[in-house]
Amino acid sequence: MGEIKLMKGNEALAEAMIRAGCDGYFGYPITPQSEVLEYLSREATKRTGMVVLQAESEIASINMIYGAAGCGRRVMTTSSSPGISLMQEGLSYLAGAEIPCVVANVNRGGPGLGTIQPAQGDYFQTVKGGGHGDYHLITLAPSSVQEMVDFVKLGFDLAEKYRNPVMLLTDGAIGQMMEKVELFEQMPRKTEFPDWCTTGKPKGGDRRFLTSLYIKPEKMEQINLGLQAKYKTVEENEIRYETINLEDADYVFTGYGLGARICMKAMEIAREKGHKVGLIRPISLYPFPYDLYASTAARVKGILDVELNAGQMVWDVRYAVKDKIPVEFYGRMGGIIPSPDEIIEHFENHLLNGGA
Amino acid sequence: MTHEAIFAGFGGQGVLSMGMILSYAGMIENKEVCWMPSYGPEMRGGTANCTTIVSDSAISSPIISSYDSVIALNQPSMDKFESKVKPGGNLIYDSTNILVPPTRKDINIYAIPGSEEAVRLNNSKVLNMIILGTFIAVTNAVKPATILKALEQVLPERYHKLIPLNTEAFELGMEFVNK
Repeated sequence: MGEIKLMKGNEALAEAMIRAGCDGYFGYPITPQSEVLEYLSREATKRTGMVVLQAESEIASINMIYGAAGCGRRVMTTSSSPGISLMQEGLSYLAGAEIPCVVANVNRGGPGLGTIQPAQGDYFQTVKGGGHGDYHLITLAPSSVQEMVDFVKLGFDLAEKYRNPVMLLTDGAIGQMMEKVELFEQMPRKTEFPDWCTTGKPKGGDRRFLTSLYIKPEKMEQINLGLQAKYKTVEENEIRYETINLEDADYVFTGYGLGARICMKAMEIAREKGHKVGLIRPISLYPFPYDLYASTAARVKGILDVELNAGQMVWDVRYAVKDKIPVEFYGRMGGIIPSPDEIIEHFENHLLNGGA
Repeated sequence: MTHEAIFAGFGGQGVLSMGMILSYAGMIENKEVCWMPSYGPEMRGGTANCTTIVSDSAISSPIISSYDSVIALNQPSMDKFESKVKPGGNLIYDSTNILVPPTRKDINIYAIPGSEEAVRLNNSKVLNMIILGTFIAVTNAVKPATILKALEQVLPERYHKLIPLNTEAFELGMEFVNK
């Protein structure tokens, strides 16, 4: 068993980066995730020699990621909603040039400068684009401090396996809260680098070149077809989710990250009241577990989707369920967190027994 | 057993530390713990609070609607959280600071003159340890000895000279219930 510690989500994210043998972190402070840069500045370089740099802006950080990751290094940046918006151009370029990296968004309330309190308003931005062009970010949604640790490691593995940026979509509450975590052993930093990275022209080989610019449409279409084939492989192999009490469920609560944690509590209360409620928690938001919702819709009476936004993931749930059963939504915005009691009330008034 | 508590007061009264010490203590006893602070505008000059959950089994939500125990160190916290105590739960408050007492009849109420006692111990900052002592005596959420062990972990080394004073304050807080 690994070392057990009590840590804040943001600190756990930083500690996991160090332990994953990360070569560099480029970031700019923003609440509610400034502890990441603070922790790394204190701990990282002296332990592994990892580069920790406060960039002049989020635009600079994501482009530093492009440079360092293009040289085959394991690198990561983190920010919160307004900062992540500034990185969208860079993310599109990283996806287009197929450069692996991990980015974490500790989501706060928006739009605009918004509020520093937790929210999930960046779901669409993360899984439906954000930047330009036909690309996807492999997206993982941690719902505990433990998963903040585990998904850094998993994130690097997936990014490198598919040569694709990975987004950890979390929120201010999970970043700020403390829970018990089991840490994995320190991994060595890489000493060998893949043959695509720009570490110099090999003897007798071709010049290495990383770009997303292909002026000829015929070539650009081929690049796109290649990306789409890759995304199909990702969709076939990397869907992750957790289900609880689905076996005997009449109704299902669903949500991701913090929303799912609150749904778990609401599910416990509902069961105490005699309602057979189960839970679906998508862990990968891209690729999304459409089939799971479709098969569940064939045997339950309704789904209640809970998010800290105006209803974003619920579009994907409804797309999967195709009007077979009612899909209700309950959400709060602007940094207000829905309570388990509010969820129960919405469930009883709008979904249970046809909302009678 | 699961115990869900919220510690609330002014920034600087040490409410976040109370929850943190309880969380460390829970971890020492191999329990599951979750500590969820307020970190918003209230941290920047108003009221602060932290939800702390200690449990023998996995913890679902860090956000909860009602609490087994509410610990209130100022009037705004009392006003906000009195109604959030579960029926049969505990409301522990600093009766030196809070002048309008609670009105509920379906909960256990502990009025502790914590600030007054802290001044008597010549350090107003031990208010939180006095009240934490009362909380542990009331709830047995963790063992008292574990709290003192946790204190060593939470306090930076340079403050370890204050452990005897904090221990005295903690024990004083327990005596309000046990005597």
